Amino acid sequence: MPALLRNYGIVAAIAVLIAVLPLILPSTFYLRIAALVFIFSIAVLGLNLLMGFAGQVSLGHAGFFGIGAYAVAIGPTHLGIPSWVALIAGVTVAGLLAFVVGRPILRLKGHYLAVATLGMGLLIAMVFTNEARWTGGPDGMPVPRLQLFDWTARGSITWYWISGVTLVIASLIAVNLIASPTGRALRAIHDSEVASKVLGIDVARYKLLAFVLSAIYAALAGAYLALFDGLVTPATAGFLRSIEFVTMAVLGGLGSILGSIVGAAILTVLPQVLTVFHDYEHIALGLIMIVFMIFLRAGTVPSLAALFSRKSS
Amino acid sequence: MTILAADNLSIDFGGVRAVDSVSFAVNKAEIFAIIGPNGAGKTTLFNLISGVYAPKGGRVRLNGDDVTHKPVHMLAARGLSRTFQNMQIFFRMSAIENVMVGRHLHERRNLFAHLCMLPSVVRQNHETRQKAEELLALVGLRDVADRQAGTLPYGALKRLEIARAMATEPKVLLLDEPAAGCNAVETAEVDAVIQKIAGQGITVVLVEHDMRLVMKISNRIHVLDQGRTIAEGTASDVRANPAVIAAYLGAHGSKEAALARH
Repeated sequence: MPALLRNYGIVAAIAVLIAVLPLILPSTFYLRIAALVFIFSIAVLGLNLLMGFAGQVSLGHAGFFGIGAYAVAIGPTHLGIPSWVALIAGVTVAGLLAFVVGRPILRLKGHYLAVATLGMGLLIAMVFTNEARWTGGPDGMPVPRLQLFDWTARGSITWYWISGVTLVIASLIAVNLIASPTGRALRAIHDSEVASKVLGIDVARYKLLAFVLSAIYAALAGAYLALFDGLVTPATAGFLRSIEFVTMAVLGGLGSILGSIVGAAILTVLPQVLTVFHDYEHIALGLIMIVFMIFLRAGTVPSLAALFSRKSS
Repeated sequence: MTILAADNLSIDFGGVRAVDSVSFAVNKAEIFAIIGPNGAGKTTLFNLISGVYAPKGGRVRLNGDDVTHKPVHMLAARGLSRTFQNMQIFFRMSAIENVMVGRHLHERRNLFAHLCMLPSVVRQNHETRQKAEELLALVGLRDVADRQAGTLPYGALKRLEIARAMATEPKVLLLDEPAAGCNAVETAEVDAVIQKIAGQGITVVLVEHDMRLVMKISNRIHVLDQGRTIAEGTASDVRANPAVIAAYLGAHGSKEAALARH
């Protein structure tokens, strides 16, 4: 399988980059940015399995992200369970919710699915805002540090390694899935549902599988972000965050593993760089995104890959 | 022995009866053609048989079992596969991957193994690829196996759909206009492929406008007009049938009319 080997090469390159980056980056501020990129990449990678491979849109993935984030806040604070148990519980709850909600809404297609997932995301965010007794309401709540036995995970370098290693594993799993019979079924559904059915693929089941898997990726990333930041607010699960994930996936390249990471990196690093424009920061960001989409229509990574392969042949 | 039967199949679209109590029985290993002027209901009938549409009345029997309201994806497991008139290619995937998707039912589906790409999955991918290569060879597309399907010419895609449908190892293969839009050379290739498939003991049911091809390869022909059956029989029966001639002459400016008279 040449495609699988090429993808393994890409994951290996990502792993090497993650390993050497701390030697190059001049301060912990940059490590912090890198850790954020890795955390968002995990969520976008999951969303890309759903959108880029199975071809189903979700405008509510911040909801699952928020479930992971609030789980590691609520679990230790209110229920007295250790953070790592709360993390697993949060990821499980997000997966189960995706399983239950996905069944009815994945029957919808295109714009209708977009609106339904949007509604789902808004509802989840609303619960976090309104259940103030548990969540601290609109102000959010502090998140206790992740503790494993006597060791406490704190600081940018620690979270750099935790999120970096997780990203490599998450990428490997995604790459494996895509090259497997399940991945072929998902890609087939993207191009023709009726042909997939005729070939014996249970389309509803595979869409649901992609939805649940992407929810798990999002919830894990959400839990990491909350543990890293030490604070969680309803904005974590908010509509803008959902849009941000979709934008990262599209900007980086739908159906591209590397694209997920590049998309997350662009939208995380760019706002930091653009602070030099002060008041015009958002205008500059918007313009850059428009220019990217005009000139790199298939997303950054696929468009550049096509450009280079054309030049070399 | 009957392998596929339609009993009084009917369906309406917005008050128009597109298929009106059509019945037929296809014997094992025969080539059975469904013909008729444009709008006669041939493709609709195919969609009813393959479960894509739910009939308003009537039944479909496959191998003696009633499969009328079975979900589409269950029919493949029972040995029914098909191609589409308005091709449904997985155009972002390579030609060989299109055929590999057709092996879905014959692959072990263990999600955990897939996520970890265990050696068993690697082996299975290899087997699936080999089978797909054989099928691409059957339809003469082995040279373009790794080309992205969306970049292949029309005639090649028609044959790619046949290879993909064959990958499910069907007992009954429904071909919806396999030679539509093909030139003489491509039609001859499609002809040869269908004969090869029938030679393997697979029952072929086809909808086709190319009368020369239909008359040449079909054991029996079923003729529809305006959703109803107007004739059924061998090529010479059908050709001599006054109702068939009238139906085709009624279809204005059709070259099929001329062919039907010959």
